[in-house]
Amino acid sequence: MNIHEYQAKALLEEYGVPVPAGGLAYSPEQAAYRAKEIGGERWIVKAQIHSGARGKAGGVRLCASEREVWEAANDLLGRRLVTAQTAPRGKGVYRLYVEPAVACARELYMSMVLDRASERIVLAMSAEGGAEIEDLIKQNPAAVVRVIIDPAVGILAFQAREAAFACGLDAALISQAEHILLAAYRLFRDRDATLLETNPLVVTEDGRLLALDAKMTFDDNALFRHQKISELRDKSQEDPREMGAVDRGLSYVGLEGDIGCIVNGAGLAMATMDIIKLCGGEPANFLDIGGGASPERVAKAFRLVLADERVRVILVNIFAGINRCDWVAEGVVKAMSELDVGVPVVVRLSGTNAEKGAQILKESGVKVTVASTLAEAGEKAADAARQKTPAEN
Amino acid sequence: MSIIVDANTRIVIQGITGRMATFHAREMREYGANVVAGTSPGKGGGEHAGVPVFNTVKDAAAKTGADAGIVFVPPPFAADALMEAADAGLRVCVCITDGIPAQDMMKVKRYMRTKRAERRMLLIGPNCAGVISPGRALMGIMPGHIYAPGPVGIISRSGTLGYEAASQLKAAGIGVSTSVGIGGDPINGSSFKDHLQAFEQDKDTAMVLLIGEIGGHQEAEAARFVRDHMHKKAAAYIAGLSAPRGRTMGHAGAIITASGESAAEKIEIMRECKIPVIERPSDFAPAIAKML
Repeated sequence: MNIHEYQAKALLEEYGVPVPAGGLAYSPEQAAYRAKEIGGERWIVKAQIHSGARGKAGGVRLCASEREVWEAANDLLGRRLVTAQTAPRGKGVYRLYVEPAVACARELYMSMVLDRASERIVLAMSAEGGAEIEDLIKQNPAAVVRVIIDPAVGILAFQAREAAFACGLDAALISQAEHILLAAYRLFRDRDATLLETNPLVVTEDGRLLALDAKMTFDDNALFRHQKISELRDKSQEDPREMGAVDRGLSYVGLEGDIGCIVNGAGLAMATMDIIKLCGGEPANFLDIGGGASPERVAKAFRLVLADERVRVILVNIFAGINRCDWVAEGVVKAMSELDVGVPVVVRLSGTNAEKGAQILKESGVKVTVASTLAEAGEKAADAARQKTPAEN
Repeated sequence: MSIIVDANTRIVIQGITGRMATFHAREMREYGANVVAGTSPGKGGGEHAGVPVFNTVKDAAAKTGADAGIVFVPPPFAADALMEAADAGLRVCVCITDGIPAQDMMKVKRYMRTKRAERRMLLIGPNCAGVISPGRALMGIMPGHIYAPGPVGIISRSGTLGYEAASQLKAAGIGVSTSVGIGGDPINGSSFKDHLQAFEQDKDTAMVLLIGEIGGHQEAEAARFVRDHMHKKAAAYIAGLSAPRGRTMGHAGAIITASGESAAEKIEIMRECKIPVIERPSDFAPAIAKML
């Protein structure tokens, strides 16, 4: 789960990482008032969306008067921002964060991720930060310092100092850097984060380290033990189709094709998409209904897939181990009798209780095309999509 | 011989009183697995699914001689169950549970390293289908009837895709020596490479089928292991060629994680290591038949 910059900054502040004093605004009037509260002469108005690279997309504005703050806010609110990190439809701006403009002497880069290769939390730091960081590191991989953190002892003070010295920080800033890195690690560990990034982490002209930006992502599997983090979820930033899936305990990724897929297991779901493509079709989605799927969950999956207007065929591909084909078949029957499905349905059931499942489908009288193998399922679904398309054009 | 489990393996089911565990306890026993005990803290002393229930894994191991575990414990408590199994001295443990927090798995793996290498538990999973040696033993949730005994070793990240491969092979008259599901989580107990080593030693295995997918680096590691250390042949399928690139916030993913995680990149690495790549997930049988 992603959170907004202002939420990540509040968490960082709670753990003792210095951040600028900012204020949240939902309207131009609020934004101008925040600027007045903060004081000073120059402010930054930042669109709060779940994406980086906002600056290049015009989502970060420097303003020299309260009037300008109002105008920037008025322009940004309600707009959809498309960045290099969002889907083509972008993300809606409904919240703004107003901060004082900070005079910086230099910009650094700092991040921590849960790295699957080392199976550790890894700190990455670079003497240069900013929007071009990826290109910079591609050209010069040595410009980034990586520290692999042992979970038994956490980040050690000397590791933090080594990273800080490697980034060329002045001796006077080392203890600040050490404090910031240790605090950021504690936050990462305590709240089950998977990503924490401050780009840039700046040295101000008056000699302080400050996190000017902040991004955080959390482990969805650990949200059960972090009620306060769960409350930070902002559904306006999620693909409505994917959001609906999460709320139903399904794993869904929307694609551009017309064959809706209902599959159990992520690997088989991907292989099903692959075979559809190889048979000349286009998958409309990735959908993993998971293990132990009840008839109700299968019916929910139908509802979710049908919500996508592009879907012209539904392919149900189940290879049951922990699942049971009889339950899946009941779910198919339930969905097809309760919903106005209106598109051809291809069903392939294998594994645990497959015969029972086939029998339930047969006895129910619902109109489905049965496939017995993966190849047949892919071909029948692609055929049905081809037949359906010209007739409707 | 088979790798990991055989008919003599004495299995304890952790979290046996749950709905799924109860169902699969029965399935495993029907397949001939030697299930000797179950655990469920607070319900020790009773009986469930035909075996005695204990409060702790240590108790179960001491009273029944259990040397292998299978975990159906819900995600919030699963990591603890794995460490309990490691501490009780089980030789091998399969974790079926899906949805364990990544930092919990980090802790599990760190904890397992505190045990001496020769006594360290082999962990399979989490979020996996387990292990089956067709006709001999089942410690997992696979539907047994889709497997025939034979010479092909299977290692698969995905459970259901492993079933798909095995059933295609059976339909073509090709059997499986052992199939291991290593699970789809970012941090898992054992990798392709760990099991390739065992298959290389196993006299019943003639060749190995690797079933990988997008994400992580274990397929690349396996490919290099096959090239450098194996005499037996291997074939691979990588799922997710049509999967879109994931969208993540910020730059950290690109900076810390090396490349090579997409299906196309993994297929490329397999080919560089001279491992035949099966292109269609419906072509497992003909591709394997050609290599045997």
